[in-house]
Amino acid sequence: MIAASIVSAATMVALGILGLAFLLTVYRVVVGPTLPDRVLALDMLVAVAIGFIAVIAIKTGFTLYIDIAISLGLVGFLATVAFARFILTHGTSDGKERLASPTITAEGGLKPAAGKKPRKDGRRKKGGQ
Amino acid sequence: MELVAAVIVAFLLLAGALFALVAAIGIVRLPDLYSRMHAASKAGTVGSGLLLLAVGVHSQELSILARALAGFLFFVLTAPIAAHLLARAAHKAGHRLTPPSVRDELMKDQTGRRSYKTKG
Repeated sequence: MIAASIVSAATMVALGILGLAFLLTVYRVVVGPTLPDRVLALDMLVAVAIGFIAVIAIKTGFTLYIDIAISLGLVGFLATVAFARFILTHGTSDGKERLASPTITAEGGLKPAAGKKPRKDGRRKKGGQ
Repeated sequence: MELVAAVIVAFLLLAGALFALVAAIGIVRLPDLYSRMHAASKAGTVGSGLLLLAVGVHSQELSILARALAGFLFFVLTAPIAAHLLARAAHKAGHRLTPPSVRDELMKDQTGRRSYKTKG
């Protein structure tokens, strides 16, 4: 009797905390400045949904939900891999990233300058040959 | 005995939910994609894994506990792969680190390779 009430109270508290985590992650999906931020937040949403499924499995007593949680994890992994391939092929055509990269090469200071000198030497050698 | 199992299940439930909350707070608060990835792929995975483990302990059957452990193992195996693929794709697509982060080894590696290619 006491054990059942402890477990049911813990499931209610866990559902509340998971709902708060879900809302925070949805905020990052909506706000997130770049596409990889949104993909990362969607991956986190899948993890929170797996947690929801586990808590519902305890609350209702249907342990078949574990299989659903495992298959949802597989789908989420495949979705993240597909989004990563998409970012790899289509991510360079934005204007913001081209604005962001020269500031950091300017901060890098010596290393890009040291990288440019051998290129010029190589071009001269190719021209000489 | 039943009370001990219930206390363990309640502890696992609260710990898993708090790990998921910590991961969500990290996703909102941290400044960079690559630092947000730390929160999401470590704390998030442990959170959902602990909740699955709570189901396995609560059912008190060996087959369901084994299934929950298999799910936990699957998440632990796949989360670093997904995070590494996403980070590498984002870095190759031109998303750079924000100023508080100190050094970028991948970018140094790329410039080194370019210089070697032009030399040879």
